[in-house]
Amino acid sequence: MLATLGLDSIERLYAHLPQEVLLNRPLNIAPGKSEYEIIDWFRARGEENAVGYACFLGAGAYYHYRPVMCDVVVSRGEFLTSYTPYQAEMAQGTLTTIFEFQTMICQLTGMDVANASMYDGSSAIPEGAMMAMRVTGRHKVLVARTVHPEYREVLATYSKYQGVPVEEVAYDAASGKLDLDDLAAKLDTQTAAIIIQSPNFFGCLEDTAKIAALAHAKGALLVFSFTEAVSLGLLEPPRDADIVVGELQSFAHPPSYGGPYAGIIATKEKFMRQLPGRLVGETKDANGNRAFCLTLSTREQHIRREKATSNICTNQALIALMATVYLSVYGKEGLRELALQNLSKAHYLADGLPLRFSGAFFNEFVVKADSPEAVNDALLKEKIVGGLPLGKYYPELSGCLLLCATEMSKREHMDKVKGAIA
Amino acid sequence: MPGKTRNHISQNEALLFEMSSPGKKGYQLPDLDVPAVDPVAALGAANTRDEITDFPEVSEVEVIRHFTRLSTWNYGIDLGLFPLGSCTMKYNPRVNETVARTEGLAWAHPYQPESLSQGALKVVVELENALAEITGMDAVTLQPAAGAHGELTGVQLIRALLESRGNPRKKIIIPDSAHGTNPATAALAGYAVENIKSNGKGLVDVEALAKIVNEDTAALMVTNPNTIGVFEEDIVKVTSLMHSKGALVYMDGANMNALVGITRPGDFGIDVMHLNLHKTFSTPHGGGGPGAGAVAVKAHLEPFLPIPRVVRAGDLLKLDFNRPQSIGRVRAFLGNYGVLIRALAYIMAHGGPGLRNATLDALLNANYIRKALEPHYDMPYTSPSMHECVFSDDRQAAKGVKTTDIAKRLIDYGFHPYTVAFPLIVHGALMIEPTETESKPELDAFIEAMIAIAGEIDKDPQFVLKAPHHTRTPRVDETTAARKPILRWKPPTAVNKAAD
Repeated sequence: MLATLGLDSIERLYAHLPQEVLLNRPLNIAPGKSEYEIIDWFRARGEENAVGYACFLGAGAYYHYRPVMCDVVVSRGEFLTSYTPYQAEMAQGTLTTIFEFQTMICQLTGMDVANASMYDGSSAIPEGAMMAMRVTGRHKVLVARTVHPEYREVLATYSKYQGVPVEEVAYDAASGKLDLDDLAAKLDTQTAAIIIQSPNFFGCLEDTAKIAALAHAKGALLVFSFTEAVSLGLLEPPRDADIVVGELQSFAHPPSYGGPYAGIIATKEKFMRQLPGRLVGETKDANGNRAFCLTLSTREQHIRREKATSNICTNQALIALMATVYLSVYGKEGLRELALQNLSKAHYLADGLPLRFSGAFFNEFVVKADSPEAVNDALLKEKIVGGLPLGKYYPELSGCLLLCATEMSKREHMDKVKGAIA
Repeated sequence: MPGKTRNHISQNEALLFEMSSPGKKGYQLPDLDVPAVDPVAALGAANTRDEITDFPEVSEVEVIRHFTRLSTWNYGIDLGLFPLGSCTMKYNPRVNETVARTEGLAWAHPYQPESLSQGALKVVVELENALAEITGMDAVTLQPAAGAHGELTGVQLIRALLESRGNPRKKIIIPDSAHGTNPATAALAGYAVENIKSNGKGLVDVEALAKIVNEDTAALMVTNPNTIGVFEEDIVKVTSLMHSKGALVYMDGANMNALVGITRPGDFGIDVMHLNLHKTFSTPHGGGGPGAGAVAVKAHLEPFLPIPRVVRAGDLLKLDFNRPQSIGRVRAFLGNYGVLIRALAYIMAHGGPGLRNATLDALLNANYIRKALEPHYDMPYTSPSMHECVFSDDRQAAKGVKTTDIAKRLIDYGFHPYTVAFPLIVHGALMIEPTETESKPELDAFIEAMIAIAGEIDKDPQFVLKAPHHTRTPRVDETTAARKPILRWKPPTAVNKAAD
């Protein structure tokens, strides 16, 4: 090949670069390793982590069983090693699964349209907020203090650089739910949206319908978010919301130290053209058969550049596919049964413990403990990772732990947790 | 049948919703080992949903067949050359997939105690160090989830630094050859975008740049090699010019696969850049993600990096949240962690010398294609190519055949198309990036296909205009899709059913 190019050495390929920019030494990175050594190195890193522990952490990353089918499907090279499906004629597989994904997200959330995925639940929050500002033409956002603290931090980063005022709405100290009076006081004719999460960070269900009514009365939108997607199998979908964002990690992805997960954004049909990110639509091919393609791309950065609805490009397609497989395996009955098991386990765990809040909960709840750290230390000795001490995020809740139980929580471990707290 | 293709049976497949049948299921949960809770009693009737209308009910066998059949309608790197320019579609080593599923890493909870996360944190540190060495930068954050997310983080860092100096400034200069994410990002970070026209070589015009840089300029966003695959030969002048005006230089690292081991952005004056780990560092594109958009910075931007940072405290690694100048979080937790594992595995497998060899092979493959296709396709910018080459469809357009049509015909030859109609500075662009992955026989087959198509256009342009001819799905009507959007499946109405 070099001879074809008339070159005597491969280094000639970059001989035109300015001499002063060339790296005149080898990279300081160890020589290549064998497959065995690489696997062995990562196995050793894994063993330095908490292997073989039962875990009662939730807070935006959940332990759910992963049907074998999920990895089988996403390991197929035709999905794994394909690109964003711009060339519809050779990407109908990906396009069809995204169309199914968009449909399932609509069915689960009660919305009319959903996009192909966002990076994760946290970054979907500012995207939802910005969308609400585009829809309403207003420039102020309210966010419930019961929204995941790290999600609110991400919102703060985005809004800071766009000069968007973000105000937090308090929670009711008894119920653990959004304080409706505080919301009513802070909503005004400049408010683009109120952002809530349900089940919220404390695990409590918010009064979505009442919040929507308050928001709509002032011409603001309700942006509804969730971190625990399994709850959608049992809970009334947020039909009163205008925009729904959330995190799908629960559908087939392990906690994986925080990612990659997949976010969603869904909305009512009338706001469809303000959605960020990729959308797949149904159409026909030249033979008149049903086919799918990316569509409404005039919203997107590669067409609209600085006027796009978002800068998002690569998203989380393979994780969304994994979720689609997961939802197909569980199906209508399975998702409900799975959610019921989560509800039952969490209520078993909570039974008899000093709950901090009175609000109804799904699979997470807050308990009072004189020293959350001492509880967790005692549990670690039993090879159990306990709950999340809340003082770091809510100073007023320094004597509290957030606990989560899922279908993977075993009764023997739950009994030990109960014993350590009670 | 042309090229490397021959017909085979492709099966039809309905949507999951259409094959659904009441009572079918593909799962088995363990028996509940605690008392079952009545949802209405626990949550209230208003909070409990009815069944999920029209949600699929299918068997396990139906699930595997469904997705397997759909997969056969796709094309991936595993099937052959995938020459999308600026996308760096290289082989995705399967060992990466294996190590990402290591139990102690895949099942690590982001909030588990630091004392039980040392292995997970060590992966972060190792990758940050390797990427800093490769880019010649001083610090790296792995939090951004994709390239565009990394760009946004980088521009926010620029803004934070300038604000700390007293003035965030107003505009960002972007060459007209840039990816669309660049201007979209600048706008998202609250900056006005000023486009600058490329010079006759398709490069940043230093003289024109000097005229528009002023006290209002926050930064230049530059891609190097740029989107026509050419190294910005004046990059040192460009970065010096920006710095002399108190502005910064952001580098879009989408094309970093051309530079690894040869030259380092940190050594030619770049202040901040992102890397697409799903391009240069081989993590799979997965049909559109997940990626990871690591951001590398020089020391003056380090205090502003997103929280938390992984730091060493004695023998232990820990997360440091106490960084008062930080821009804050750009994502929950530590980023697309599983993607980071894969990227580190790629770097370990190659090692320093192997990474450099990969770059050289990528340059060789691109130049080999360029040399072979130059007699057949116009090349508006003829500066030496790095890892990709960009042709225009001018000669073919004279016969009424455009880059999109050539791309569709290429599918018939068994290849994924190149990047179509980008960059915008090349009219009717064909942007070809083979990567180091491809062998000479695969490159030769691609070249043969491109030459054959040029010949077809000379003889029978109508034939090419109707391509692809051999796919299960011929051309898709994208216009109707956008005009009458159908974005979800709905059950046929009673009227429609009767008509069936």
